[in-house]
Amino acid sequence: MTALGMTAHVQSAFSGRESRPILIACACIVVILIVGTIYTLWAHGTASFLSPRYLMQQLQVGAFLGLVAAGMMLVILLGHIDLSVPWTIAAAAMMATAVGGPLALPVGLGLGVAVGLVNGLGVAYLRVPSMIFTLGVNAVLRGLMVMHTGGFAPQTHSTPLMEFLAVGHILGIPMALFVWILVSILIVVMLRRTPLGRYIYAVGNREAAAYLSGVNTRLVLISAFVLCSTLAALAGVLLAGYSTKAYQGMGDAYLLPSIAAVVIGGTNILGGQGRYTGTVVGTILIVLLTSVLSIMQMPEAGRQIIYGTVIIAMLLAYGRRDRVTS
Amino acid sequence: MSDLRIRLVQSLGLILAIGLFLLFYLIYNFNHPRGFSSQILIQNANESFVLVMVGMAQTVPALVGGLDLSVGAVMTMINTLASYLLVGWPLQILGGIVICLATAALAGFVNGCLVVYGRIQPIIVTLATGAVYMGIALFLRPTPGGKVDGDFSWAMTNDLFELAATYGFAGDGDAAWFRPFAWLPLPLILMVLVVLLVWLPFKNSVTGRGVYAVGSAEGAAYMSGVRVDRCKIAAFTMAGLFAGFAGLYLTLQTSSGNADVPQAGAYTLNSIAAVVIGGTSLMGGSGGAVGSLFGALVIRSISFNFRIFDVDPLLQPLIEGIVLLGAVSIGAARIFRVRNKLELFG
Amino acid sequence: MGGSFLELAGISKRYGGVRALEDVSFACEQSSIHAVLGENGAGKSTLIKIVAGVVRPDTGTMTLEGQPVRFDGPIAANKAGIVCIFQELSLMPDLSVADNICIADPPRRFGLIDQRAQRRRAEELLARVGCADVNPLQRVRNLPLSRRQMVEIAKALGQNPKLLILDEATSALTGADVEKVYRILEQLRRDGLAILYISHRMHEIEQLADTWSVFRNGQHIETFARGARSADEVVQLMIGREITQVFPPKPPKASDSRPMLEVSGLSWVDRLAHISFAVHAGEIVGLGGLDGQGQRELLLALFGVLRGVEGSIRVAGQPVAVTGPSGAKAKGVDMALIPEDRKTEGLMLPMSIGDNLGMAALGSLTRGIFVDESRERAAIEAMVEKLKIKIGAVDDPVATLSGGNQQKVVIGKWLMTEPRIILLNDPTRGIDVGTKQELYQLLRDLAAAGAAILFYTTDYDELIGCCDRVLILYDGAIVTTLEGDDLTETRIVAASLNLAAGEPGATDRQAGGH
Repeated sequence: MTALGMTAHVQSAFSGRESRPILIACACIVVILIVGTIYTLWAHGTASFLSPRYLMQQLQVGAFLGLVAAGMMLVILLGHIDLSVPWTIAAAAMMATAVGGPLALPVGLGLGVAVGLVNGLGVAYLRVPSMIFTLGVNAVLRGLMVMHTGGFAPQTHSTPLMEFLAVGHILGIPMALFVWILVSILIVVMLRRTPLGRYIYAVGNREAAAYLSGVNTRLVLISAFVLCSTLAALAGVLLAGYSTKAYQGMGDAYLLPSIAAVVIGGTNILGGQGRYTGTVVGTILIVLLTSVLSIMQMPEAGRQIIYGTVIIAMLLAYGRRDRVTS
Repeated sequence: MSDLRIRLVQSLGLILAIGLFLLFYLIYNFNHPRGFSSQILIQNANESFVLVMVGMAQTVPALVGGLDLSVGAVMTMINTLASYLLVGWPLQILGGIVICLATAALAGFVNGCLVVYGRIQPIIVTLATGAVYMGIALFLRPTPGGKVDGDFSWAMTNDLFELAATYGFAGDGDAAWFRPFAWLPLPLILMVLVVLLVWLPFKNSVTGRGVYAVGSAEGAAYMSGVRVDRCKIAAFTMAGLFAGFAGLYLTLQTSSGNADVPQAGAYTLNSIAAVVIGGTSLMGGSGGAVGSLFGALVIRSISFNFRIFDVDPLLQPLIEGIVLLGAVSIGAARIFRVRNKLELFG
Repeated sequence: MGGSFLELAGISKRYGGVRALEDVSFACEQSSIHAVLGENGAGKSTLIKIVAGVVRPDTGTMTLEGQPVRFDGPIAANKAGIVCIFQELSLMPDLSVADNICIADPPRRFGLIDQRAQRRRAEELLARVGCADVNPLQRVRNLPLSRRQMVEIAKALGQNPKLLILDEATSALTGADVEKVYRILEQLRRDGLAILYISHRMHEIEQLADTWSVFRNGQHIETFARGARSADEVVQLMIGREITQVFPPKPPKASDSRPMLEVSGLSWVDRLAHISFAVHAGEIVGLGGLDGQGQRELLLALFGVLRGVEGSIRVAGQPVAVTGPSGAKAKGVDMALIPEDRKTEGLMLPMSIGDNLGMAALGSLTRGIFVDESRERAAIEAMVEKLKIKIGAVDDPVATLSGGNQQKVVIGKWLMTEPRIILLNDPTRGIDVGTKQELYQLLRDLAAAGAAILFYTTDYDELIGCCDRVLILYDGAIVTTLEGDDLTETRIVAASLNLAAGEPGATDRQAGGH
């Protein structure tokens, strides 16, 4: 029973097949970095794309998407999806700024927990398909926020703590990045070292078998949805700190990229398979891709087309599902 | 068991959707301050057509057990394309329509091929292609604009009387034999025509039935000789085609092309809601586009009601959301009847 | 010599490292019902799939009516006149009976499906299989399993086969329907069809088949006419060795040990009716009777999977209320259930052997909130050793294991929770003889160590050989308890049919039993 044997066991759910997408994604990141550097060299004469300051800034922005993608990954691992993320982000931000003071952060996160509980109850107890239920919850959250704000952009400010977490730096490294790293560590530990992590993969693979093995599948579902919404709420609170205010529709731009980040990272959309490292890599890829396109001042049309084409190309490169013959 | 009884039981979802629609629409009509009039009917039909079409578009991929997140984008792409083509001689306009529909079907075909030959899940494929189609729309119309033949758009968005008057037949709409039909809104007629000439023939074709077979049990369908790949590609192509109808009509309605990203997203999500409310199972194999038609009408009727009941505009999104949530949770009633918990798992 | 109707020569097929068929030569004639026998893993399924065009052989040739053929899919085989009725039905549950029957080549009018002609065709075929009472508009999903299988047969007939293959096609049929199928097959033989028939039911094969072929370990052993070999000889050909004592010896009945599991008045909708019995520590109690009399539901009810169960359960004297599998496995109840379908209910196939083994006991293998990996690893290796599970590495996906070893993983998973009550739902289905032997011994050992075992099986030999007592269920109620000298096949069958014990003329030929 060697240490090697033990690590081999720790890697048990992660076969070589799962590493392939991550490697391909990393290669793409390198390509993007090269393209971006070439462009900045050509347009500005400097390799500013590769400068540590710029890259650090990208990671800071990436942290927001990274938090959302981390939560989304947990839900996707179960074979579900959470479409309530856009307005969870916005609502948490609005509530946090509205409350203000020392309670801002807890209130924002608390809203995330509440939304996650509702989602979890709907999916685990009522067995409504998650796509539909979270869609409805998203609409309800939007309605509540419209009511609360009177339809205008909220005027309340974010608290100093929120701003520090979003924009502050320690030792030259953005706080937001620290938050992302901390959350990432917690998630990796949870997925690999705790029973809950094992159960998440089991339920995502075959809920009936997990249920019959005595796993409390409802609790697993609810936990994942709560984590997803809470992370989205955290992202929302940080975003409000970044912009010093909350604003309507601030979460809309995070839904599809977060799903894309998870999928590009090699996680199977049907659940049961995926490594968190992949989600991190996927997030970085999307953030860098977006920034390269923005540096090139590519019009929105071109950005969308390239964005979509890159995702398709990568998925085609990852290899195929098996044909259903029986 | 008698034939009638079986057909009734099997159409329960559709009957429910029709019932919901009638409920909301009749409430709206009875409470309308100006009472029921054909003008109102035309306006309602006008406002519903696009959603009905995207609802029907979403139905076919749902029947094979997938989802098409690009319907809104395809619709928008065709909208912007049509804003260049629906002008000129009637033959040019007709040609423009054909080009638009062909493009829409092609977009759907591409989706289908990526799903089948690329072996990628439909959700992800259409997520990505949706971005591409949206990009094309943005390329065609970075800012809203365009021109549509005025006569044509007027005729298509009003009633038969106006159609006759614009194009000068049936005595400019006044002929006696024509009177009983003159009030029929054209969008309504177009909806019926699409169902009769596009959906029903497809459903009763070998490929159409194959779509249901694949959605019900893909392995069994393969073993039974159903051409699974062909059916899947056909399903997504049909989705594109219906989205094309939607885009065309949107152009006629607004007389312009507008690459509106949020609107595309809203239509896509609403199309899913229409499908669910209309009784089609997201697992595949059962349901139909007629159900989604009524599902879309239910969604629209609810918003009509908001207008006349003078609901605080701030409350509207909330109520819409709650109604949506309630409607989709209705399906949850089945879980209380389930006795063997193993049946709850897919 | 003139060629046979269907001839296979030199056929081999390999799946990964496993040789499914090896250099098989096989022939079958028209106007014949040709039975193919062999254990699981003998190659029968692969043979059938090759003939039906579902898979292609690695080597070898196939000749049909003297012409060489090569099918690239089941559709091609159908066109050549080969129709196969598989064990897993090829029906689409959400489509109507008429749609299913005519799915491949429906009657058409103006390019669209002619619904009326389709319905007429369905009615004809349904009448032909004696199911004229089935409405063609009915969705297959709403038909009972036996009817669905009859629809499957009607569908096959509708394709005008020259060669009809039935793979365990009667497994789900009621007695009356089985008779219908026999008659249809005999008529088809008279009409000149070639029929290949796979079944595990000796009495069926004895009645129907004029030619028998035995396969073993992927090889064609022998083909002979009905009656040319005795039953013992046939079994020997199938398993390749002398039949020695198959079952471990049963201990003498323990004197009044306390009951571990006591069930009183258990009822559930109309499927279980006032069931009361007890299982003592050290006892193996069997559940018998025809298929579908409530045996599966009883096990699920005990395990907490069913809602609305009435009655009471006591474990080691204490009343318990089991609300679900997690409650069933909890301390104080310590129940385990080996489920019916290991692939969809017992295992997470893509996950590793180790992950699957540890799934049920994970809650107790923790240190704080973390999994105690060294303890888990040790427990897993010990279990692999104890059950002699043949694996490559613990981290391999469990999908790579054979059926028997997969079942061992399911059992091992539950043994790690140290259960006091073990429920087994037809655990030896689709398992090779060698593993079955090991399982019988394992059950006996577990009982000797103090477990109370409730064992449902459709195999009479197992009921007689393994169990101390057998409860026969009929219509959801226990009609008889058999033990000791009463535990014979005749008595089991009689009780399964709810006949009075020992009545002369009670026939042995029934579906759902063996």
